[in-house]
Amino acid sequence: MTASLTLGPVLFNWPVDRWLDFYARIADEAPVDTVIVGEIVCFKRAPFFAEAMGDVIERLGAAGKTVWLASPILVGSERERAAMRDLVEADAGLVEANDMGALALLAGRPHAVGPTINVYNEATLGWMAERGAVAVSLPAELPAATVAVLARAGRELGIETEVQVWGRAPLAISARCYHARAHGLHKDGCQFVCGKDPDGMPVTTMDGQPFLTVNGTQTMSHGCLCLAAELPALVAMGVSRFRLSPQAMDMVRVAEAFRAVLDGRRDGAEVAAELGGLIDAPLVNGFYHDTAGARRVA
Amino acid sequence: MDNFELICPAGTPAALRAAVDAGADAVYLGFRDETNARNFPGLNFTRQDVADAVDYAHARRVEVYIAINTYPQAGNLGPWQKAVDDAARLKVDAVIMADPGLLAYAAKHHPDLRLHLSVQASAANVEAIRLYRDAFGVRRVVLPRVLTVPEIAKLNAEIDIETEVFVFGGLCPMAEGRCSLSSYATGLSPNKQGVCSPANHVRYEQRGGALASTLGGFTINVFGEGEQAGYPTLCKGRFVATGAGEGSGPAYLFEEPTSLNAMDLLPELKAAGVRALKIEGRQRGKAYIAAVVRAYREALETFAAGRPVPHIDLQAMVEGGTQTTGAYTRAWR
Repeated sequence: MTASLTLGPVLFNWPVDRWLDFYARIADEAPVDTVIVGEIVCFKRAPFFAEAMGDVIERLGAAGKTVWLASPILVGSERERAAMRDLVEADAGLVEANDMGALALLAGRPHAVGPTINVYNEATLGWMAERGAVAVSLPAELPAATVAVLARAGRELGIETEVQVWGRAPLAISARCYHARAHGLHKDGCQFVCGKDPDGMPVTTMDGQPFLTVNGTQTMSHGCLCLAAELPALVAMGVSRFRLSPQAMDMVRVAEAFRAVLDGRRDGAEVAAELGGLIDAPLVNGFYHDTAGARRVA
Repeated sequence: MDNFELICPAGTPAALRAAVDAGADAVYLGFRDETNARNFPGLNFTRQDVADAVDYAHARRVEVYIAINTYPQAGNLGPWQKAVDDAARLKVDAVIMADPGLLAYAAKHHPDLRLHLSVQASAANVEAIRLYRDAFGVRRVVLPRVLTVPEIAKLNAEIDIETEVFVFGGLCPMAEGRCSLSSYATGLSPNKQGVCSPANHVRYEQRGGALASTLGGFTINVFGEGEQAGYPTLCKGRFVATGAGEGSGPAYLFEEPTSLNAMDLLPELKAAGVRALKIEGRQRGKAYIAAVVRAYREALETFAAGRPVPHIDLQAMVEGGTQTTGAYTRAWR
């Protein structure tokens, strides 16, 4: 199985023009194989992108990318539920489920399982394969030993496994909007303050130590997850898909760098050093090395 | 009208007896290992403890549930499967689980074992709940603390299994079972090891007149002189949100140190079709459990008799001295 690169959905609330420019450049220049699109963090943001979504999908498809559609992470309200059902029923492309409700609706037809669905062991992976999952993007907190077991089981089951190798790690989701709360607003009257922070709102400790990133209802790591140096080991385990999660930076350059490592043209550690200079956050890989996710293990 | 069932926590045999004696309809507990989401030192039950607990409870017509609600480790499913086997052998009344692979195991090997879906599965919509029912025969779902009461009512109108909701105790502001904050700071997570903000990664430091609490080296809170210091649970800490506007200093960004108390919502929860009410706190002592269970039993009996729900003072029992109705009312929206 050849190693492929996936560009995950944009998780931040970017202005539509920026979002369109981003995907136009991805279509034209980024050596990624699959692009996953969809507003998965906040239902309130979705209408901004709905109109342009068709064009983006068409543009990416015309450029030879495989386009998948992502379902929302948290589906509680009736409106969220209706949107989830519409996405599945529209059948406009392979859907990546990010909630068990979407997984339920996708039973019996090929689908992908996103990183916010809990797949921690081979028994659950097998259950998902039986129901039609063709690819599973593993949760960020899984250590190497677990990834190895799941990648091996996945090969036996005919299900591709994916690991996030770049971008801030998604850590939590809530019904509450922390962007609104930090600005003294309610979620219903949020004024879309999350749009002020194209890379999320930095959260520091009371000592001023950078710690987390708030992205509306989602909480992410401050550190940027980077497994460039670990790529050869992941490939050897049988992981076949590698996810880059968009940050407000030159993602074409990130994709080129990771492609070069996968092709054996560049050294992973060297790529990590280069990319680390492009984002205002330390690189972290602690989850993979079975320690605190905020740490970097050399 | 059937009364609510009152589901109460126990981390020790003494707490179990306290809960039974104070009026629990069922007590939930865990084995002493990483198979349950309150895997704290000195807490939980050996197999013999569970056998004794079942004897004590069943003799008083109280049920016992076992939480096996962490996510089994890849390549090491044995301890979780054995926990399910032992729960069935020990004749507990229900097993509370979250992992689909483990639910499938239980459904296949112990078809008579009653399965409840743990809050750690975070099933927040009709489609997700029906999936667990259809695939594994789950009979009850413990709802995540992200839904409003009207949303719970709509949900109950469309599903045909029981719902259980948290009414008192610690409150996760994040969707349960979908949170890696503790793991990010310490390497230990609720899903994998059954711990959140674990005590062996906590330090307290005196800084002049102030007391700082840290978790995994990150400062979670700093308490001034005279301020009551609390445990540094990550999501209940004070942090600084950069760019949140003029004069935005350290604040409880996610949630204040507060406790859920939904006693005032009993009529709404009944109208919403909720079957069982759950009290959080397997890590709590027997005196706490006795007091909270007794208060809720009194409230339920009064409510069932058609009288107004009394205001029972539980202020001494709540974290940080404050109470909230969490997501149930529209305060989060």
